[in-house]
Amino acid sequence: MSEVKKIATRESYGNALVECGADFPNLVVLDADLAGATKTGVFKKAYPERHIDCGIAECNMTGIAAGLSTCGKVPFISSFAMFAAGRNFEQVRNSIGYPHLNVKIGGTHAGITVGEDGATHQCNEDVALMRTIPGMTVIVPADDVEARAAVRAAIEMEGPVYLRFGRAAVPVINDRPDYKFEIGKGVLLREGNDVTIVASGITVASALEAAEMLAADGISAEVINIHTIKPLDKELIIASAKKTGKVVTAEEHSVIGGLGSAVCDCLCENHPTRVMKIGMQDVFGESGTAAALVEKYGLDGKGIYAKVKEFVS
Amino acid sequence: MNKLELQKTANEVRKGIVTAVHGAKAGHPGGSLSAADIFTYLYFEEMNIDPKNPKMEGRDRFVLSKGHTAPGLYSVLANRGYFPVEDLPTLRHLGSYLQGHPCMQETPGVDMSSGSLGQGISAAVGMALAGKMDNKDYRVYTLLGDGEIQEGQVWEASMFAGHRKLDNLVVIVDNNGLQIDGKIDDVCSPYPIDKKFEAFNFHVINIDGNDFDQLDAAFKEARNTKGMPTAIICKTLKGKGVSFMEGNVGWHGKAPNDEEYAVAMADLEKVGEALCQK
Repeated sequence: MSEVKKIATRESYGNALVECGADFPNLVVLDADLAGATKTGVFKKAYPERHIDCGIAECNMTGIAAGLSTCGKVPFISSFAMFAAGRNFEQVRNSIGYPHLNVKIGGTHAGITVGEDGATHQCNEDVALMRTIPGMTVIVPADDVEARAAVRAAIEMEGPVYLRFGRAAVPVINDRPDYKFEIGKGVLLREGNDVTIVASGITVASALEAAEMLAADGISAEVINIHTIKPLDKELIIASAKKTGKVVTAEEHSVIGGLGSAVCDCLCENHPTRVMKIGMQDVFGESGTAAALVEKYGLDGKGIYAKVKEFVS
Repeated sequence: MNKLELQKTANEVRKGIVTAVHGAKAGHPGGSLSAADIFTYLYFEEMNIDPKNPKMEGRDRFVLSKGHTAPGLYSVLANRGYFPVEDLPTLRHLGSYLQGHPCMQETPGVDMSSGSLGQGISAAVGMALAGKMDNKDYRVYTLLGDGEIQEGQVWEASMFAGHRKLDNLVVIVDNNGLQIDGKIDDVCSPYPIDKKFEAFNFHVINIDGNDFDQLDAAFKEARNTKGMPTAIICKTLKGKGVSFMEGNVGWHGKAPNDEEYAVAMADLEKVGEALCQK
């Protein structure tokens, strides 16, 4: 079997900004002293006059982006998810969300795959926070292909968008000619009849692995990639729940307020179904390598396989 | 406008503030009245704007960072012709386009939604930065409260504005000396305000913010200041123009009842008559 290509979605973020730089002259990128880490450094190199380093002051960066957007710019603010969505929550809500300004928020180093930096920097709450803001679009790309498509789609739409990227390299799973990215449209990656696994971000690859293992045990799992948490592709989720009758959600995020909660909200209201939520179970992370943490917290293929197997039997 | 016309206009703006807050049965008259002369100078003398075309390309911009004094902004906008003065009493009513705090999507002439203290100045800095990036010559003004500058984000924004030498930005501080919990120097003193902005590489001008001669000189000086942003620290009287509100912290965020409203309007009528004798 050939080696699967792996790329961190934060790399894709930086590369996509450079790719879009020529097509969108109003695109500007803001950083808070982390351009090297958020990978927007490549944009800074390509378009120095359109890159603004605000220093270690994320709240001010957010307000500056709001002001820039009222003057016709399309700003991306970049920082670790912990700060871009966490520290900044109220600035994003009041200075961007309430006036519905055309600002894009790139939260990198999201989730536990930040790894060694530990719990202070592992943001497992960003999707929950951003999803509560009226009019905010929330996107969690699964790989390089999706991340680059998501950045372009975010620029092409009018209004605030939160994009979640990771630090660790993840397998490229969407590199196929018929791949099409559309905000708010989930992707059915594998059909099945016994259980539905709804995943986002790094857990999409894990879910596909788990489905393979489940198949060997005679369990037919359907796998859905929900790259847009808001607006949610309710139709796809409801249809699959009707077919399989059992739904598992998997996310590198707290089980409170993220993908799992969004799916539960949808199914409770439309087609009550038993759901099991895989994710961070209301706990903080800790230091360790990304791979070790993903294994410990059950977000790898084996972890998801074990939980789904228990759930369906 | 000459000084007398500005004074008369400011008095009308003050009547609008009191009328709006009375109509709302809530709101913030004290800090609206202290800044009424600043609002008037900006909208009737200083800024390049067009009430018939609120989103005019290349217009000067204003961000009310101390967003709770929306009655002051609404009254000056109405008096300047952005919308009817008669609508001011709908302030804070369900369905009104005059929200409790400024909303740029609802109200003609509002350049930025604001109200969460400390955030407006950052947006103003972003607007000034956009002007520099695009080589446009519009100017950006933002009004902050003296209590508001206790917010750390104000100093993040100031550091950035000084660093980027945004000489198209004017930060105005309404130094009326009072915040909800009492005197600003009792609660958590922001003094010396001028030295702080100087340290952040601003050109700083200290004036009496209720004196049009001084406002005129200060804004002209700001316009002629190159290579750094300007901060105008305005000493003002909270509640200015309404006898029982002047210098009284209790009128920070309270509406007058019908009797108090009558007294307030009589006070302002008297001021108006005196100005007409001049």
